[in-house]
Amino acid sequence: MSEGTAAPVKTPKLKVSDKVMIEMTGVNKWFGDFHVLKDIDLTVNEGERIVIAGPSGSGKSTLIRCINRLEPHDEGRIVIDGIELTEDLKRIDEVRREVGMVFQQFNLFPHMTVLENCTLAPLWVRKMPEREARDLAMSFLERVRIPEQAMKYPGQLSGGQQQRVAIARALCMNPKIMLFDEPTSALDPEMIKEVLDVMVELAQEGMTMLCVTHEMGFAREVANRVVFMDAGEIIEEAPPEEFFNAPKHARTKEFLAQILGH
Amino acid sequence: MAMEDVTGRPPPKNQMRMSPVVWARRNLFSSIGNTILTLVCLYLLWLAIPPFLDFTIFSAVWSGTTREACLGDGKGACWPFVWANIGQFIYGRYPQDELWRVNIVFALGILAIVPALIPSAPAKRFNLIFLLVIYPLIALVLLAGDRPGLRPVPTSEWGGLLVTLVVALTGIVVSLPLGIVLALGRRSSMPAIRMLCIVFIEFWRGVPLITVLFMASVMLPLFLPEGMSPDNLLRCLVGVALFSSAYMAEVVRGGLQAIPAGQYEAARAVGLTYWQAMGQVVLPQALRHVIPGIVNTFIGLFKDTTLVLIVGIFDLLGQVRAQLSDPSWTVPQGALTGYIFAALVFWVFCFGMSQYSNFMERKLNAARER
Repeated sequence: MSEGTAAPVKTPKLKVSDKVMIEMTGVNKWFGDFHVLKDIDLTVNEGERIVIAGPSGSGKSTLIRCINRLEPHDEGRIVIDGIELTEDLKRIDEVRREVGMVFQQFNLFPHMTVLENCTLAPLWVRKMPEREARDLAMSFLERVRIPEQAMKYPGQLSGGQQQRVAIARALCMNPKIMLFDEPTSALDPEMIKEVLDVMVELAQEGMTMLCVTHEMGFAREVANRVVFMDAGEIIEEAPPEEFFNAPKHARTKEFLAQILGH
Repeated sequence: MAMEDVTGRPPPKNQMRMSPVVWARRNLFSSIGNTILTLVCLYLLWLAIPPFLDFTIFSAVWSGTTREACLGDGKGACWPFVWANIGQFIYGRYPQDELWRVNIVFALGILAIVPALIPSAPAKRFNLIFLLVIYPLIALVLLAGDRPGLRPVPTSEWGGLLVTLVVALTGIVVSLPLGIVLALGRRSSMPAIRMLCIVFIEFWRGVPLITVLFMASVMLPLFLPEGMSPDNLLRCLVGVALFSSAYMAEVVRGGLQAIPAGQYEAARAVGLTYWQAMGQVVLPQALRHVIPGIVNTFIGLFKDTTLVLIVGIFDLLGQVRAQLSDPSWTVPQGALTGYIFAALVFWVFCFGMSQYSNFMERKLNAARER
């Protein structure tokens, strides 16, 4: 959780458009009796890079998992690129086609090669011809700098390589939004940078990103907004300079002291 | 012993070069306990194997056309009994001049199954569609003959290996897909579907197969209006298929539980539908985990087909028993000969399935290189 593991970046003064991509209003969610998300209001515009930070169990992962409805929310409204998430399966599928997700545990499909992992969704969801899907997958594997591993199985790759494949797999669907759920937490320290580098490039290309991470260096350099959550609530949201240098809330200060203070 | 530096060398291939004496000393007589075990085992083998070989091979009667050939002291297995009845053992009481129909079904079956089992054989999709959809229809028409130009043969005249294969293959072909659907249903998030599947599975697992067969053959006609009663063999086929589906469902469920939830989530996150996620991501992995369990169920099913005997259907074993009561072949060693023959046929099929599953497991593991 040290600072500065991300690649040095030119100050990310990237354009943020006025178009609203994600709108969450009054979202509540319970796991049984446990109130995981409390009155969440969050609006994300196109091209924003949001880092969600907070202690474990604060509901960060649940929040982004609600965005592609891996978790259904119990109350409130979630609208993704104009599509409201409801029980309607067709709309959920529509949203999932627009939203890519990268998991802490990579979740690559171990019985398929790297290339097959990437072409699966274009072939089955986009009904793309096989050759086109393969070319598309190879172009994204080149962007994450592992085209030479295309014919290998995930089990033969290092953690960092697997996570880059997972990013390529998500990008193959040409998503408008990318969700990252602690993408570097399961990685050995020496592999974190290669994954963050790919994420930084993605941010520079203007991808709308929501990233749950403890990489405060990444937050400082790439995010245009940091959202701090604790106990299911959004406590504070601010641009990174403000968030790190002048946190308003006591709980934020405490968290920052713990995470940066060693 | 002089020590030499062996670092960096490949490990010595002891197993290959070892002489049999050295091997035996290391593996069979390495300790007193091991030596005793070895001697006990050798003694048991000596008790069992020579008499068995003597009965089935050395003292056996191999040729002859009547029972007289097998009479007399010290004679072993009466193989002429098997030769003389091989037709009944394979076809049952199927009409002699219609046997070509059964032979065509057998030949087509072999032609379709062999390439389906060879992973590198071409046109797998067409092959499987033919085997699972077209072939059963052809077999049904040819065997039952309820089409113009063919003489109808009622199932009561079918028998022997033919019936064993019909029951076993129907059970196998129906139970795997139905078992998968039941297993998925049992894990469904929809309570009604989940309950339905649980009730179905637990009902069929809770009753003995014999009960199922009795119900199908004796009780069911009582509930149905007169003349509505479906064919006896068909009723048994349905009973066996549903029965084995319940077992298959539990085997498949075991495999599904071994797949981390993240696999399903990742598949849904890239936009696959429930069925695509199951078919492309979850099931291929889950079924791979439970190949031994699936084949185990198949083998159990294959052997359980002998139970149709009790509702008056003559499978291979039933046919062997029926021929034993033929007065022209009553010889003292007849029963033993017949049962050994039946056991041998069953063993060949079951051993074949088990070897094939080992082969597939090795192949799939090699492909994954985990």
